[in-house]
Amino acid sequence: MSRTAAMIVMLVSTVYFLLPVWWLFTSASKTREQFGNTNGLVFGDFNLFQNIGQLFAYNDGIYLRWMLNSVLYAGAGALIGTVISAMCGYALAKYRFPGRELIFNVVLGGVLVPATALALPLFLIFSQVGATNTFWSVFLPSLVNPFGVYLARIYASASVPDELLEAARIDGSGEVRTFFTVARRLMTPALVTIFLFQFVAIWNNFFLPLIMLRDESLFPVTLGLYTWNSQVNQIPEIRTYVIIGAFVSIIPLVIAFLSLQRFWQSGLGSGSLK
Amino acid sequence: MTTAELAESRPVLKPAKPARSARPLVKHKRAILLFLAPFGVLFALFYLLPIGYAVYQSLLVVQRDGTFGPPVEVFGGLTQYVAVFQNEAFWASVGRVLLFGVVQVPVMLGFALVLALLLDSPLVKGKKFFRLAYFVPYAVPGVIAAIMWGYLYSPNLSPFTALTGSFEFLSPQFVLWAIANVVTWVYVGYNMLIIYSSLLAIPSEIYEAAKLDGASQLQIALRIKIPLVVPAITLTAIFSIIGTLQLLAEPQVFRSFTSSVSSTFTPNMAVYATSAVPNVNLAAAMSVVLALATFAMSFAFLKFTQRKADA
Repeated sequence: MSRTAAMIVMLVSTVYFLLPVWWLFTSASKTREQFGNTNGLVFGDFNLFQNIGQLFAYNDGIYLRWMLNSVLYAGAGALIGTVISAMCGYALAKYRFPGRELIFNVVLGGVLVPATALALPLFLIFSQVGATNTFWSVFLPSLVNPFGVYLARIYASASVPDELLEAARIDGSGEVRTFFTVARRLMTPALVTIFLFQFVAIWNNFFLPLIMLRDESLFPVTLGLYTWNSQVNQIPEIRTYVIIGAFVSIIPLVIAFLSLQRFWQSGLGSGSLK
Repeated sequence: MTTAELAESRPVLKPAKPARSARPLVKHKRAILLFLAPFGVLFALFYLLPIGYAVYQSLLVVQRDGTFGPPVEVFGGLTQYVAVFQNEAFWASVGRVLLFGVVQVPVMLGFALVLALLLDSPLVKGKKFFRLAYFVPYAVPGVIAAIMWGYLYSPNLSPFTALTGSFEFLSPQFVLWAIANVVTWVYVGYNMLIIYSSLLAIPSEIYEAAKLDGASQLQIALRIKIPLVVPAITLTAIFSIIGTLQLLAEPQVFRSFTSSVSSTFTPNMAVYATSAVPNVNLAAAMSVVLALATFAMSFAFLKFTQRKADA
Protein backbone atom coordinates (compact mmCIF):
# COMPACT_ATOMS: atom_id res chain seq x y z
CA MET A 1 0.00 0.00 0.00
CA SER A 2 1.38 3.36 -0.91
CA ARG A 3 1.98 6.18 1.48
CA THR A 4 -0.70 8.35 -0.19
CA ALA A 5 -3.38 5.68 0.04
CA ALA A 6 -2.54 5.14 3.72
CA MET A 7 -2.77 8.86 4.49
CA ILE A 8 -6.08 9.15 2.61
CA VAL A 9 -7.56 6.37 4.75
CA MET A 10 -6.28 8.13 7.89
CA LEU A 11 -7.66 11.53 6.89
CA VAL A 12 -11.08 10.26 5.79
CA SER A 13 -11.33 8.39 9.10
CA THR A 14 -10.42 11.57 10.97
CA VAL A 15 -13.28 13.40 9.28
CA TYR A 16 -15.68 10.58 10.17
CA PHE A 17 -14.68 10.62 13.84
CA LEU A 18 -14.36 14.35 14.39
CA LEU A 19 -17.03 15.91 12.17
CA PRO A 20 -19.97 15.01 14.46
CA VAL A 21 -18.09 16.55 17.40
CA TRP A 22 -17.35 19.64 15.31
CA TRP A 23 -21.05 19.87 14.40
CA LEU A 24 -21.95 19.67 18.10
CA PHE A 25 -19.49 22.47 18.88
CA THR A 26 -20.76 24.83 16.18
CA SER A 27 -24.40 24.01 16.99
CA ALA A 28 -23.90 24.59 20.71
CA SER A 29 -22.53 28.05 19.97
CA LYS A 30 -25.47 29.21 17.83
CA THR A 31 -28.59 31.10 18.75
CA ARG A 32 -31.86 29.22 18.65
CA GLU A 33 -32.91 30.67 15.27
CA GLN A 34 -29.56 29.98 13.66
CA PHE A 35 -29.63 26.32 14.73
CA GLY A 36 -32.55 25.76 12.38
CA ASN A 37 -31.60 27.97 9.46
CA THR A 38 -27.80 28.01 9.07
CA ASN A 39 -25.38 25.37 7.80
CA GLY A 40 -24.63 22.96 10.64
CA LEU A 41 -20.89 22.84 10.08
CA VAL A 42 -20.04 26.55 10.16
CA PHE A 43 -20.30 28.99 13.04
CA GLY A 44 -23.14 31.46 13.30
CA ASP A 45 -22.85 34.25 15.85
CA PHE A 46 -20.57 32.89 18.53
CA ASN A 47 -23.11 32.62 21.31
CA LEU A 48 -21.58 29.72 23.24
CA PHE A 49 -21.07 31.40 26.59
CA GLN A 50 -24.50 33.02 26.70
CA ASN A 51 -25.96 29.61 25.78
CA ILE A 52 -24.06 27.90 28.57
CA GLY A 53 -25.25 30.60 30.99
CA GLN A 54 -28.85 29.97 29.97
CA LEU A 55 -28.38 26.21 30.23
CA PHE A 56 -27.04 26.51 33.77
CA ALA A 57 -29.93 28.78 34.77
CA TYR A 58 -32.72 26.76 33.17
CA ASN A 59 -35.12 25.05 35.54
CA ASP A 60 -33.27 26.23 38.71
CA GLY A 61 -29.91 24.95 37.49
CA ILE A 62 -30.98 21.30 37.23
CA TYR A 63 -28.29 20.71 34.58
CA LEU A 64 -25.45 21.65 36.94
CA ARG A 65 -26.98 19.34 39.50
CA TRP A 66 -26.91 16.48 36.96
CA MET A 67 -23.28 17.18 36.10
CA LEU A 68 -22.41 17.19 39.78
CA ASN A 69 -24.26 13.89 40.26
CA SER A 70 -22.38 12.33 37.35
CA VAL A 71 -19.05 13.54 38.74
CA LEU A 72 -19.95 12.06 42.11
CA TYR A 73 -21.27 8.72 40.78
CA ALA A 74 -18.37 8.31 38.37
CA GLY A 75 -15.53 10.03 40.27
CA ALA A 76 -16.09 8.63 43.75
CA GLY A 77 -17.36 5.33 42.33
CA ALA A 78 -14.34 4.77 40.11
CA LEU A 79 -11.92 5.83 42.85
CA ILE A 80 -13.29 3.40 45.44
CA GLY A 81 -13.88 0.77 42.77
CA THR A 82 -10.25 0.98 41.63
CA VAL A 83 -8.89 0.61 45.16
CA ILE A 84 -10.97 -2.48 45.93
CA SER A 85 -10.31 -4.07 42.52
CA ALA A 86 -6.60 -3.44 42.92
CA MET A 87 -6.48 -4.97 46.41
CA CYS A 88 -8.37 -8.04 45.24
CA GLY A 89 -6.32 -8.47 42.06
CA TYR A 90 -3.08 -7.95 43.98
CA ALA A 91 -4.03 -10.58 46.57
CA LEU A 92 -4.93 -13.04 43.80
CA ALA A 93 -1.59 -12.41 42.08
CA LYS A 94 0.81 -12.28 45.00
CA TYR A 95 -0.41 -14.74 47.64
CA ARG A 96 -0.97 -18.47 47.55
CA PHE A 97 -4.05 -19.68 49.33
CA PRO A 98 -6.68 -22.35 48.83
CA GLY A 99 -9.58 -21.26 46.64
CA ARG A 100 -7.51 -18.68 44.78
CA GLU A 101 -8.24 -20.05 41.32
CA LEU A 102 -11.89 -20.55 42.18
CA ILE A 103 -12.27 -16.90 43.22
CA PHE A 104 -10.47 -15.74 40.10
CA ASN A 105 -12.68 -17.85 37.86
CA VAL A 106 -15.86 -16.57 39.52
CA VAL A 107 -14.64 -13.01 38.99
CA LEU A 108 -13.80 -13.80 35.35
CA GLY A 109 -17.30 -15.20 34.93
CA GLY A 110 -18.49 -11.86 36.28
CA VAL A 111 -16.70 -10.11 33.40
CA LEU A 112 -18.83 -12.09 30.97
CA VAL A 113 -22.16 -11.35 32.68
CA PRO A 114 -23.63 -8.20 31.14
CA ALA A 115 -24.12 -5.45 33.70
CA THR A 116 -27.48 -4.52 32.21
CA ALA A 117 -28.80 -8.02 32.92
CA LEU A 118 -28.27 -7.13 36.57
CA ALA A 119 -30.18 -3.84 36.44
CA LEU A 120 -33.66 -5.28 36.86
CA PRO A 121 -32.78 -7.77 39.64
CA LEU A 122 -30.88 -4.98 41.41
CA PHE A 123 -34.00 -2.85 41.20
CA LEU A 124 -36.07 -5.68 42.69
CA ILE A 125 -33.60 -6.15 45.55
CA PHE A 126 -33.39 -2.44 46.31
CA SER A 127 -37.18 -2.18 46.29
CA GLN A 128 -37.32 -5.04 48.82
CA VAL A 129 -35.41 -2.83 51.25
CA GLY A 130 -37.16 0.35 50.10
CA ALA A 131 -33.95 1.89 48.75
CA THR A 132 -34.78 2.53 45.08
CA ASN A 133 -34.69 6.15 43.95
CA THR A 134 -31.70 6.89 46.19
CA PHE A 135 -28.12 7.93 45.50
CA TRP A 136 -26.87 4.62 46.91
CA SER A 137 -29.02 2.49 44.61
CA VAL A 138 -26.93 3.70 41.65
CA PHE A 139 -23.65 4.32 43.45
CA LEU A 140 -23.09 1.01 45.27
CA PRO A 141 -23.62 -1.41 42.34
CA SER A 142 -21.27 0.73 40.21
CA LEU A 143 -18.36 0.00 42.56
CA VAL A 144 -18.08 -3.60 41.42
CA ASN A 145 -15.74 -3.96 38.45
CA PRO A 146 -14.67 -7.58 37.78
CA PHE A 147 -12.60 -6.54 34.77
CA GLY A 148 -10.63 -4.24 37.06
CA VAL A 149 -9.73 -7.22 39.25
CA TYR A 150 -8.65 -9.14 36.17
CA LEU A 151 -6.45 -6.28 34.94
CA ALA A 152 -4.99 -5.68 38.41
CA ARG A 153 -4.11 -9.34 38.82
CA ILE A 154 -2.38 -9.56 35.44
CA TYR A 155 -0.52 -6.33 35.99
CA ALA A 156 0.51 -7.16 39.57
CA SER A 157 1.88 -10.57 38.48
CA ALA A 158 3.93 -8.93 35.76
CA SER A 159 5.16 -5.79 37.48
CA VAL A 160 5.45 -6.40 41.23
CA PRO A 161 8.47 -8.68 41.87
CA ASP A 162 8.23 -11.11 44.79
CA GLU A 163 11.79 -10.22 45.85
CA LEU A 164 10.71 -6.64 46.44
CA LEU A 165 7.83 -7.76 48.68
CA GLU A 166 10.23 -10.03 50.58
CA ALA A 167 12.60 -7.10 51.05
CA ALA A 168 9.75 -4.96 52.39
CA ARG A 169 8.83 -7.76 54.83
CA ILE A 170 12.41 -8.00 56.06
CA ASP A 171 12.34 -4.23 56.61
CA GLY A 172 9.34 -4.81 58.85
CA SER A 173 6.67 -3.32 56.62
CA GLY A 174 3.24 -4.87 57.11
CA GLU A 175 1.48 -6.48 54.17
CA VAL A 176 -1.14 -3.74 53.87
CA ARG A 177 1.41 -0.97 54.11
CA THR A 178 3.56 -2.66 51.47
CA PHE A 179 0.58 -2.75 49.15
CA PHE A 180 -0.28 0.91 49.61
CA THR A 181 3.33 2.10 49.23
CA VAL A 182 5.46 -0.27 47.13
CA ALA A 183 2.90 -2.17 45.07
CA ARG A 184 0.65 0.82 44.45
CA ARG A 185 3.51 2.74 42.89
CA LEU A 186 4.51 -0.13 40.60
CA MET A 187 0.90 -0.70 39.57
CA THR A 188 0.15 2.94 38.74
CA PRO A 189 -0.37 2.54 34.97
CA ALA A 190 -2.84 -0.29 35.58
CA LEU A 191 -4.59 1.67 38.33
CA VAL A 192 -5.05 4.75 36.14
CA THR A 193 -6.39 2.53 33.37
CA ILE A 194 -8.85 0.80 35.70
CA PHE A 195 -9.93 4.15 37.13
CA LEU A 196 -10.48 5.78 33.75
CA PHE A 197 -12.40 2.93 32.22
CA GLN A 198 -14.56 2.45 35.29
CA PHE A 199 -15.14 6.21 35.31
CA VAL A 200 -16.32 6.04 31.71
CA ALA A 201 -18.47 2.99 32.38
CA ILE A 202 -20.26 4.71 35.26
CA TRP A 203 -20.48 8.05 33.44
CA ASN A 204 -22.08 6.26 30.45
CA ASN A 205 -24.30 4.01 32.54
CA PHE A 206 -27.87 4.43 31.47
CA PHE A 207 -30.00 1.39 32.27
CA LEU A 208 -29.37 1.28 36.01
CA PRO A 209 -30.27 4.95 36.68
CA LEU A 210 -33.15 4.70 34.20
CA ILE A 211 -34.67 1.81 36.11
CA MET A 212 -33.74 2.97 39.66
CA LEU A 213 -34.36 6.72 39.75
CA ARG A 214 -37.57 8.71 39.64
CA ASP A 215 -36.37 11.89 41.32
CA GLU A 216 -34.90 14.27 38.72
CA SER A 217 -32.44 15.76 41.20
CA LEU A 218 -30.65 12.38 41.49
CA PHE A 219 -30.20 11.88 37.73
CA PRO A 220 -26.78 11.60 36.14
CA VAL A 221 -26.32 13.90 33.15
CA THR A 222 -26.94 11.14 30.57
CA LEU A 223 -30.36 10.31 32.00
CA GLY A 224 -31.18 14.01 32.38
CA LEU A 225 -30.37 14.77 28.74
CA TYR A 226 -32.30 11.68 27.68
CA THR A 227 -35.44 12.91 29.45
CA TRP A 228 -35.01 16.39 27.96
CA ASN A 229 -34.54 14.93 24.50
CA SER A 230 -37.72 12.91 24.80
CA GLN A 231 -39.62 16.12 25.70
CA VAL A 232 -38.45 18.06 22.63
CA ASN A 233 -41.73 17.46 20.80
CA GLN A 234 -43.76 18.96 23.65
CA ILE A 235 -41.33 21.75 24.60
CA PRO A 236 -39.49 22.77 21.40
CA GLU A 237 -37.24 25.38 23.08
CA ILE A 238 -35.65 22.62 25.14
CA ARG A 239 -33.81 21.41 22.01
CA THR A 240 -31.18 24.13 22.39
CA TYR A 241 -30.49 22.96 25.93
CA VAL A 242 -30.15 19.34 24.77
CA ILE A 243 -27.50 20.36 22.21
CA ILE A 244 -25.55 22.67 24.55
CA GLY A 245 -25.92 20.21 27.41
CA ALA A 246 -24.58 17.38 25.24
CA PHE A 247 -21.57 19.51 24.29
CA VAL A 248 -20.78 20.58 27.86
CA SER A 249 -21.18 17.02 29.17
CA ILE A 250 -18.45 15.54 26.97
CA ILE A 251 -15.82 18.17 27.84
CA PRO A 252 -14.78 16.67 31.24
CA LEU A 253 -14.18 13.23 29.75
CA VAL A 254 -12.24 14.54 26.77
CA ILE A 255 -10.01 16.55 29.13
CA ALA A 256 -9.55 13.58 31.46
CA PHE A 257 -8.49 11.32 28.61
CA LEU A 258 -6.15 13.82 27.00
CA SER A 259 -4.42 14.75 30.25
CA LEU A 260 -3.98 11.18 31.48
CA GLN A 261 -3.13 9.57 28.14
CA ARG A 262 0.43 8.57 28.93
CA PHE A 263 -0.90 6.41 31.78
CA TRP A 264 -3.82 4.67 30.16
CA GLN A 265 -2.16 4.03 26.83
CA SER A 266 0.50 1.92 28.49
CA GLY A 267 -2.00 0.18 30.74
CA LEU A 268 -4.49 -0.60 28.00
CA GLY A 269 -2.28 -3.17 26.31
CA SER A 270 -1.81 -5.23 29.42
CA GLY A 271 -5.38 -6.56 29.39
CA SER A 272 -4.77 -8.70 26.35
CA LEU A 273 -1.35 -10.01 27.28
CA LYS A 274 -1.26 -13.70 27.81
CA MET B 1 25.70 -2.35 74.88
CA THR B 2 28.21 -5.13 74.53
CA THR B 3 28.08 -7.75 71.91
CA ALA B 4 27.22 -10.36 74.49
CA GLU B 5 24.19 -8.35 75.65
CA LEU B 6 23.10 -7.78 72.10
CA ALA B 7 23.26 -11.46 71.36
CA GLU B 8 21.23 -12.19 74.48
CA SER B 9 18.47 -9.70 73.70
CA ARG B 10 17.89 -11.35 70.38
CA PRO B 11 15.47 -14.25 70.25
CA VAL B 12 17.35 -17.48 69.90
CA LEU B 13 16.88 -18.91 66.46
CA LYS B 14 15.81 -22.50 66.77
CA PRO B 15 15.38 -24.69 63.75
CA ALA B 16 11.62 -24.35 63.30
CA LYS B 17 9.69 -27.56 63.57
CA PRO B 18 7.63 -27.93 60.44
CA ALA B 19 3.96 -27.87 61.39
CA ARG B 20 2.49 -31.01 59.91
CA SER B 21 -1.18 -30.26 59.75
CA ALA B 22 -3.67 -31.56 57.21
CA ARG B 23 -3.92 -28.21 55.43
CA PRO B 24 -1.00 -26.36 53.93
CA LEU B 25 -0.02 -23.31 55.94
CA VAL B 26 -1.31 -20.07 54.49
CA LYS B 27 0.93 -17.13 55.19
CA HIS B 28 -0.50 -13.63 55.77
CA LYS B 29 -4.04 -14.91 56.20
CA ARG B 30 -5.34 -11.69 57.71
CA ALA B 31 -3.87 -9.51 54.99
CA ILE B 32 -5.34 -11.73 52.27
CA LEU B 33 -8.78 -11.55 53.88
CA LEU B 34 -8.48 -7.80 54.21
CA PHE B 35 -7.56 -7.44 50.53
CA LEU B 36 -10.31 -9.74 49.29
CA ALA B 37 -13.13 -8.73 51.61
CA PRO B 38 -14.24 -5.33 50.20
CA PHE B 39 -14.51 -6.54 46.62
CA GLY B 40 -15.83 -9.91 47.73
CA VAL B 41 -18.66 -8.45 49.80
CA LEU B 42 -19.74 -5.99 47.10
CA PHE B 43 -19.44 -8.64 44.39
CA ALA B 44 -21.63 -10.98 46.43
CA LEU B 45 -24.20 -8.28 47.19
CA PHE B 46 -24.45 -6.59 43.81
CA TYR B 47 -23.49 -9.37 41.38
CA LEU B 48 -24.18 -12.81 42.79
CA LEU B 49 -27.22 -11.91 44.86
CA PRO B 50 -29.06 -10.20 41.96
CA ILE B 51 -28.36 -13.20 39.71
CA GLY B 52 -29.76 -15.52 42.37
CA TYR B 53 -32.70 -13.23 43.02
CA ALA B 54 -33.50 -12.96 39.32
CA VAL B 55 -33.53 -16.75 39.05
CA TYR B 56 -35.81 -16.94 42.11
CA GLN B 57 -38.21 -14.29 40.78
CA SER B 58 -38.30 -15.97 37.40
CA LEU B 59 -39.65 -19.14 39.01
CA LEU B 60 -42.70 -17.38 40.48
CA VAL B 61 -46.09 -16.69 38.95
CA VAL B 62 -48.76 -14.28 40.15
CA GLN B 63 -52.09 -15.91 40.96
CA ARG B 64 -55.36 -14.39 42.06
CA ASP B 65 -58.13 -15.91 44.16
CA GLY B 66 -60.99 -15.49 41.73
CA THR B 67 -61.17 -12.37 39.58
CA PHE B 68 -60.98 -9.82 42.40
CA GLY B 69 -58.80 -11.60 44.92
CA PRO B 70 -55.45 -10.14 45.99
CA PRO B 71 -52.52 -11.20 43.82
CA VAL B 72 -50.25 -13.80 45.39
CA GLU B 73 -46.88 -14.97 44.11
CA VAL B 74 -46.63 -18.73 44.01
CA PHE B 75 -43.98 -21.13 42.73
CA GLY B 76 -44.60 -21.72 39.06
CA GLY B 77 -41.63 -23.81 37.97
CA LEU B 78 -40.53 -22.94 34.47
CA THR B 79 -43.82 -21.25 33.54
CA GLN B 80 -42.10 -17.90 32.95
CA TYR B 81 -39.43 -19.48 30.77
CA VAL B 82 -42.13 -21.10 28.65
CA ALA B 83 -43.66 -17.63 28.38
CA VAL B 84 -40.29 -16.17 27.36
CA PHE B 85 -39.88 -18.79 24.66
CA GLN B 86 -43.37 -18.04 23.39
CA ASN B 87 -42.85 -14.29 23.49
CA GLU B 88 -42.49 -13.30 19.87
CA ALA B 89 -41.46 -9.71 20.56
CA PHE B 90 -38.59 -10.96 22.72
CA TRP B 91 -37.30 -13.36 20.07
CA ALA B 92 -37.69 -10.73 17.39
CA SER B 93 -35.49 -8.47 19.51
CA VAL B 94 -32.92 -11.25 19.99
CA GLY B 95 -32.87 -11.90 16.24
CA ARG B 96 -32.41 -8.18 15.62
CA VAL B 97 -29.36 -7.81 17.88
CA LEU B 98 -27.85 -11.03 16.51
CA LEU B 99 -28.18 -9.68 12.95
CA PHE B 100 -26.75 -6.41 14.22
CA GLY B 101 -23.83 -8.21 15.87
CA VAL B 102 -23.02 -10.45 12.89
CA VAL B 103 -22.62 -7.37 10.69
CA GLN B 104 -21.52 -4.58 13.03
CA VAL B 105 -18.91 -6.38 15.17
CA PRO B 106 -16.77 -7.62 12.22
CA VAL B 107 -17.09 -4.26 10.42
CA MET B 108 -16.09 -2.32 13.54
CA LEU B 109 -13.20 -4.64 14.46
CA GLY B 110 -12.00 -4.80 10.85
CA PHE B 111 -11.99 -1.02 10.71
CA ALA B 112 -10.18 -0.86 14.06
CA LEU B 113 -7.61 -3.43 12.92
CA VAL B 114 -6.90 -1.58 9.65
CA LEU B 115 -6.41 1.71 11.50
CA ALA B 116 -4.19 0.04 14.12
CA LEU B 117 -2.02 -1.59 11.42
CA LEU B 118 -1.73 1.70 9.54
CA LEU B 119 -0.77 3.52 12.73
CA ASP B 120 1.85 0.85 13.39
CA SER B 121 3.27 1.00 9.84
CA PRO B 122 5.98 3.40 8.67
CA LEU B 123 3.55 4.75 6.04
CA VAL B 124 1.74 7.16 8.33
CA LYS B 125 2.89 10.48 9.74
CA GLY B 126 1.29 12.31 12.67
CA LYS B 127 0.50 9.13 14.58
CA LYS B 128 -0.12 10.87 17.87
CA PHE B 129 -2.77 13.13 16.39
CA PHE B 130 -4.64 10.33 14.62
CA ARG B 131 -4.55 8.12 17.68
CA LEU B 132 -6.22 10.78 19.79
CA ALA B 133 -8.63 11.95 17.07
CA TYR B 134 -9.97 8.41 16.65
CA PHE B 135 -10.32 7.98 20.37
CA VAL B 136 -12.38 11.15 20.99
CA PRO B 137 -15.79 9.52 20.28
CA TYR B 138 -15.15 7.03 23.09
CA ALA B 139 -15.46 9.95 25.50
CA VAL B 140 -19.01 10.52 24.23
CA PRO B 141 -21.59 8.48 26.20
CA GLY B 142 -23.93 6.30 24.12
CA VAL B 143 -26.92 8.47 25.02
CA ILE B 144 -25.18 11.65 23.86
CA ALA B 145 -23.79 9.98 20.72
CA ALA B 146 -27.29 8.82 19.83
CA ILE B 147 -28.69 12.33 20.37
CA MET B 148 -25.97 13.81 18.12
CA TRP B 149 -26.47 11.30 15.34
CA GLY B 150 -30.23 11.63 15.73
CA TYR B 151 -29.85 15.24 14.60
CA LEU B 152 -27.24 14.37 11.95
CA TYR B 153 -29.70 11.87 10.43
CA SER B 154 -32.63 14.27 10.66
CA PRO B 155 -34.14 15.18 7.26
CA ASN B 156 -34.39 18.92 8.04
CA LEU B 157 -31.94 19.74 10.88
CA SER B 158 -28.93 17.80 9.62
CA PRO B 159 -25.97 19.63 8.07
CA PHE B 160 -26.21 16.99 5.35
CA THR B 161 -29.81 17.64 4.30
CA ALA B 162 -28.87 16.97 0.68
CA LEU B 163 -28.34 13.36 1.74
CA THR B 164 -30.76 12.96 4.64
CA GLY B 165 -33.56 14.73 2.77
CA SER B 166 -33.55 12.09 0.03
CA PHE B 167 -32.56 9.02 2.03
CA GLU B 168 -34.43 8.19 5.23
CA PHE B 169 -31.81 6.86 7.65
CA LEU B 170 -34.38 6.37 10.38
CA SER B 171 -36.88 4.39 8.31
CA PRO B 172 -37.94 0.98 9.70
CA GLN B 173 -35.76 -0.87 7.16
CA PHE B 174 -32.64 1.13 7.87
CA VAL B 175 -32.80 2.28 11.48
CA LEU B 176 -30.90 -0.79 12.76
CA TRP B 177 -27.91 0.18 10.59
CA ALA B 178 -28.24 3.82 11.60
CA ILE B 179 -27.79 2.59 15.18
CA ALA B 180 -24.92 0.32 14.08
CA ASN B 181 -23.14 3.39 12.71
CA VAL B 182 -23.50 5.20 16.05
CA VAL B 183 -22.05 2.24 17.96
CA THR B 184 -19.24 1.87 15.42
CA TRP B 185 -18.45 5.58 15.64
CA VAL B 186 -18.10 5.41 19.42
CA TYR B 187 -16.09 2.18 19.73
CA VAL B 188 -13.71 1.93 16.74
CA GLY B 189 -11.09 4.15 18.40
CA TYR B 190 -11.23 2.24 21.68
CA ASN B 191 -10.81 -1.12 19.96
CA MET B 192 -8.12 0.31 17.70
CA LEU B 193 -6.10 1.39 20.76
CA ILE B 194 -6.32 -2.06 22.37
CA ILE B 195 -5.06 -3.68 19.15
CA TYR B 196 -2.46 -0.95 18.62
CA SER B 197 -0.96 -1.29 22.11
CA SER B 198 -0.66 -4.99 21.49
CA LEU B 199 1.12 -4.27 18.17
CA LEU B 200 3.54 -1.97 19.98
CA ALA B 201 4.46 -4.81 22.32
CA ILE B 202 5.83 -6.90 19.43
CA PRO B 203 9.64 -6.61 19.39
CA SER B 204 10.75 -5.05 16.10
CA GLU B 205 13.50 -7.64 15.52
CA ILE B 206 10.74 -9.98 14.43
CA TYR B 207 10.13 -7.79 11.36
CA GLU B 208 13.79 -7.38 10.46
CA ALA B 209 14.19 -10.88 9.09
CA ALA B 210 11.02 -10.56 7.06
CA LYS B 211 12.19 -7.22 5.63
CA LEU B 212 15.54 -8.71 4.67
CA ASP B 213 13.66 -11.42 2.83
CA GLY B 214 11.92 -8.67 0.87
CA ALA B 215 8.47 -8.92 2.49
CA SER B 216 6.19 -5.94 1.84
CA GLN B 217 4.41 -4.02 4.60
CA LEU B 218 1.19 -5.74 3.60
CA GLN B 219 2.77 -9.18 3.88
CA ILE B 220 4.30 -8.31 7.25
CA ALA B 221 0.89 -7.14 8.45
CA LEU B 222 -0.95 -10.23 7.24
CA ARG B 223 1.62 -12.90 8.08
CA ILE B 224 3.25 -11.58 11.22
CA LYS B 225 1.33 -8.80 12.91
CA ILE B 226 -2.25 -10.06 12.69
CA PRO B 227 -1.48 -13.55 14.08
CA LEU B 228 0.40 -11.95 16.96
CA VAL B 229 -2.45 -9.63 17.97
CA VAL B 230 -5.13 -12.34 17.92
CA PRO B 231 -5.43 -12.27 21.76
CA ALA B 232 -6.16 -8.54 21.64
CA ILE B 233 -8.72 -8.98 18.87
CA THR B 234 -10.33 -11.80 20.86
CA LEU B 235 -10.67 -9.51 23.87
CA THR B 236 -12.26 -6.73 21.82
CA ALA B 237 -14.56 -9.24 20.13
CA ILE B 238 -15.83 -10.60 23.44
CA PHE B 239 -16.54 -7.12 24.76
CA SER B 240 -18.29 -6.24 21.52
CA ILE B 241 -20.49 -9.34 21.68
CA ILE B 242 -21.43 -8.52 25.27
CA GLY B 243 -22.11 -4.92 24.26
CA THR B 244 -24.27 -5.89 21.30
CA LEU B 245 -26.59 -8.10 23.32
CA GLN B 246 -26.88 -5.31 25.90
CA LEU B 247 -27.82 -2.66 23.35
CA LEU B 248 -30.20 -0.20 25.00
CA ALA B 249 -29.24 3.47 25.22
CA GLU B 250 -28.90 4.23 21.49
CA PRO B 251 -32.21 2.68 20.33
CA GLN B 252 -34.00 4.03 23.40
CA VAL B 253 -32.85 7.56 22.48
CA PHE B 254 -33.83 7.05 18.85
CA ARG B 255 -37.41 6.49 19.96
CA SER B 256 -37.74 10.26 20.32
CA PHE B 257 -36.48 10.79 16.74
CA THR B 258 -38.45 8.11 14.94
CA SER B 259 -41.35 5.72 15.41
CA SER B 260 -39.34 2.97 13.66
CA VAL B 261 -37.92 1.82 17.01
CA SER B 262 -40.48 -0.19 18.96
CA SER B 263 -40.51 -0.39 22.75
CA THR B 264 -39.16 -3.96 22.49
CA PHE B 265 -36.54 -3.26 19.81
CA THR B 266 -33.67 -4.94 21.72
CA PRO B 267 -33.75 -7.62 24.46
CA ASN B 268 -32.92 -5.10 27.18
CA MET B 269 -35.68 -2.78 25.99
CA ALA B 270 -38.03 -5.77 26.12
CA VAL B 271 -36.94 -6.39 29.73
CA TYR B 272 -37.55 -2.74 30.57
CA ALA B 273 -40.94 -2.61 28.84
CA THR B 274 -42.05 -5.89 30.45
CA SER B 275 -41.02 -4.80 33.94
CA ALA B 276 -42.94 -1.56 33.44
CA VAL B 277 -46.18 -3.45 32.59
CA PRO B 278 -45.55 -4.59 35.40
CA ASN B 279 -44.73 -8.22 34.84
CA VAL B 280 -41.64 -8.50 36.98
CA ASN B 281 -41.41 -12.28 36.94
CA LEU B 282 -41.45 -12.51 33.16
CA ALA B 283 -38.92 -9.66 32.94
CA ALA B 284 -36.69 -11.50 35.43
CA ALA B 285 -36.87 -14.65 33.30
CA MET B 286 -35.89 -12.58 30.25
CA SER B 287 -32.92 -11.14 32.15
CA VAL B 288 -31.77 -14.63 33.09
CA VAL B 289 -32.09 -15.89 29.51
CA LEU B 290 -30.20 -12.85 28.25
CA ALA B 291 -27.40 -13.20 30.82
CA LEU B 292 -27.03 -16.91 30.06
CA ALA B 293 -27.02 -16.31 26.32
CA THR B 294 -24.36 -13.59 26.63
CA PHE B 295 -22.25 -15.70 28.93
CA ALA B 296 -22.54 -18.74 26.67
CA MET B 297 -21.73 -16.80 23.50
CA SER B 298 -18.66 -15.01 24.85
CA PHE B 299 -17.45 -18.19 26.53
CA ALA B 300 -17.93 -20.22 23.35
CA PHE B 301 -16.12 -17.56 21.33
CA LEU B 302 -13.25 -17.56 23.82
CA LYS B 303 -12.92 -21.37 23.71
CA PHE B 304 -13.25 -21.42 19.93
CA THR B 305 -10.43 -18.92 19.38
CA GLN B 306 -8.28 -20.63 22.01
CA ARG B 307 -8.63 -23.96 20.25
CA LYS B 308 -7.81 -22.36 16.93
CA ALA B 309 -4.73 -20.74 18.43
CA ASP B 310 -3.56 -24.05 19.90
CA ALA B 311 -4.12 -26.00 16.71
